[in-house]
Amino acid sequence: MASPRPLHDRALDNLRYIRQTMERAGSFTAVPGWGQIAVGATALAAAWVAARQPTPELWLATWLGEAIVALAIGGWTMVRKAYAVDDPILSGPGRRFWLSFLTPMAVGGLLTVVLYRAGLWHALPGTWLLLYGTGFVTGGAFSVRVVPVMGLCFMIVGAVALLGPPAWGSWCLAAGFGGLHIAFGGIIARRYGG
Amino acid sequence: MAKSGAVRKTDTVAPPLRGERALRAAELDRLIHERVRLGIVSALAVNDALTFNELKALLKTTDGNLSVHARKLEQAQYITCSKSFAGRIPKTEYRLTASGRRALERYLDHMEALIRATRQG
Repeated sequence: MASPRPLHDRALDNLRYIRQTMERAGSFTAVPGWGQIAVGATALAAAWVAARQPTPELWLATWLGEAIVALAIGGWTMVRKAYAVDDPILSGPGRRFWLSFLTPMAVGGLLTVVLYRAGLWHALPGTWLLLYGTGFVTGGAFSVRVVPVMGLCFMIVGAVALLGPPAWGSWCLAAGFGGLHIAFGGIIARRYGG
Repeated sequence: MAKSGAVRKTDTVAPPLRGERALRAAELDRLIHERVRLGIVSALAVNDALTFNELKALLKTTDGNLSVHARKLEQAQYITCSKSFAGRIPKTEYRLTASGRRALERYLDHMEALIRATRQG
């Protein structure tokens, strides 16, 4: 007959269960509202610059540059907010948010290469917006409620860009990466403290 | 005058606990010691409110099981339950009360004291 587990083990097990339940039940709140407003502003500037480029390669380079700038701004403001609200980025809901968000981003990077090689420039804006929105819908399941709603709006704009005339692509990028970031960033900053 | 060496009865966990015998059944909050109830209280401690379906998915339990355990916590006034309609769909929402939060804190203190005591003993 198996001997009963020591009380020490059972107490540790109970504490572990409480911690895991709290981690699973909590949500990732460090999505930065002000950071998104800044990303939206740079995206509007990028849209203006990209529209004036003479070749598709330069247009693509402009948006890839904007992606790097947005990543730096978003990353920095997110780390700052995470420290301020004591919300860990790499464990619990934060880790699940990132795993869910980054998967569609990786797919987006891969599809950008494929579409570039195939010369399907007009499909890039819609693909980017759709996958960016997908990241926020899936990652947003572990965050505050407005995040998946924002993702859904990106997906709608992305669908319009994919199904509409090619000339709409740049307008959709400006409306999505610029307008939606600024609008939802404002909501997040006001309701969820920065 | 009390005999020296007599066991002193307390309602809370005292720091100088020694050994596993120090854990007395009477001191443990049996109400939240049960796994599902402990899960409900822990989950509500990090959320303003959770719906019945959110708790069910989080704790991976059945409707009946969750309902029974939630009712026990409600009767002890550890949680409150509010029922409403979201459109035509009924929505049951639970919140942790101040008394429930204190009970969880006491339980955590108890577990930590137990671990300390068994390490020292």
